[in-house]
Amino acid sequence: MRILVVGGGTGGTIVANSIARRLSSEIKAGKAKVTMLSASDRHMYQPGLLYVAFGQMMPDELYRDQASLLETSIGFHVDPVVDFQLDRNQVKTAGGKIHQYDILVIATGSRIVPDETPGLAEGAETFYTEAGAIRMFKSLREFQCGKVGIVVGVPHKCPIAPVEVTFSLHDYFKARGIRDKVHMKYHYPINRIHSIENVAKWAKPEFDRMGIEYETLFNVSEVDVKNKVVKSEEGTEYKYDLLISIPAHRGMEVIEKNELGPGGWIPTDRHTLTMEGHDNVYVLGDTTNLPVSKTGSAAHFEADVVAENVSSIVKIGAPVTEYDGKVYCFIEAGHDRATYAMFNYQNPPDLKPPSKPMHWFKMSYNKMYWTSVRGLL
Amino acid sequence: MSDTKIIDARNTFCPGPLMELITHMKQASVGDTLELLSTDQGTATDVPEWINKVGHEMVSSEKIGEDWHIKVRKTK
Repeated sequence: MRILVVGGGTGGTIVANSIARRLSSEIKAGKAKVTMLSASDRHMYQPGLLYVAFGQMMPDELYRDQASLLETSIGFHVDPVVDFQLDRNQVKTAGGKIHQYDILVIATGSRIVPDETPGLAEGAETFYTEAGAIRMFKSLREFQCGKVGIVVGVPHKCPIAPVEVTFSLHDYFKARGIRDKVHMKYHYPINRIHSIENVAKWAKPEFDRMGIEYETLFNVSEVDVKNKVVKSEEGTEYKYDLLISIPAHRGMEVIEKNELGPGGWIPTDRHTLTMEGHDNVYVLGDTTNLPVSKTGSAAHFEADVVAENVSSIVKIGAPVTEYDGKVYCFIEAGHDRATYAMFNYQNPPDLKPPSKPMHWFKMSYNKMYWTSVRGLL
Repeated sequence: MSDTKIIDARNTFCPGPLMELITHMKQASVGDTLELLSTDQGTATDVPEWINKVGHEMVSSEKIGEDWHIKVRKTK
């Protein structure tokens, strides 16, 4: 059985490692083979970028060599797929190679698209790339007083990020002794301050206590960089001195070019995680069109399901489990407190009060990630 | 007239029905009709509030069984 994993991010790496371990006997016996194709020989821990933006982590802490994270039985190639030939059960890579498969796992992730909003890339700071996070840190260091706007694109990766960065900004300015000279205003696309109702209910009094203003139903239409004004599709605007953006994202270009799904999101069954119309193609993480959070956590829990099912298909000829929509997200409530949101398709999150131990757990997880992505945690 | 695009946001909490609608509205063309399916009671008021503020068009809103079916049209 030839199992091909396309993409070496969180979801792809966990699923490949888990399959390789579950099928170690079959791989040794030559009855199964796991191959990974990735665009990069490095693996980035993306949640760490938030800490880089506040000078709490250095960029080099975010990376490991991809090969070092993989089971040795996995055939790993840095040769991204350019052509998905699903009707022939094969893909073609940038290097011109054809890889045939019996089961395909697509985990190519997503990319931020600030350029799709006029002025946003130029006018706003963001922490969604290494270069952006460093630039944002330097801008924050230079900032002495004035109006800080936080704006959120749709859709965006990591739905918790808007409140996390807002709380972190508050603590950062407070630690520098300039919070009273900074006016902060948070702008959110829907009609409460977070998409998860219980997060909104918790965050609203926190914002009030911290003196953070907010405006809901604010979808960024453009940024007037010259006059430092951000405008919304709903007809309102905010004049800023420093603008922080949670940028919109799309699925990867290769998914769009191959017409696998509008916006680069592949239509995926929310329980089996198979691509619509293709029972031997699994999709996970940011690549799906599922109405669940685009987070490493969702990718992780989806990868567990896909790995279990791919392995059982090899062993007994049938899948054995389904994805229940599980997501677990840490929520940094500033620089020394955190809470979490855990939910699935049926049960909303029940938020606990933020605590220092939960923040320490998150800081520990930033290191434990490398164990997690190996599929060991 | 384009076909109605169905957005199934039933039994989801994050990013939630309205955020899903905004996502698909960005991908849609002017004149497209989108039908949002939601089990969230708040959707029945949240969606019209946004549609009215941003200037798109509410086509219909009805509850069938446990599911809200809300049709909107992109106008700009």
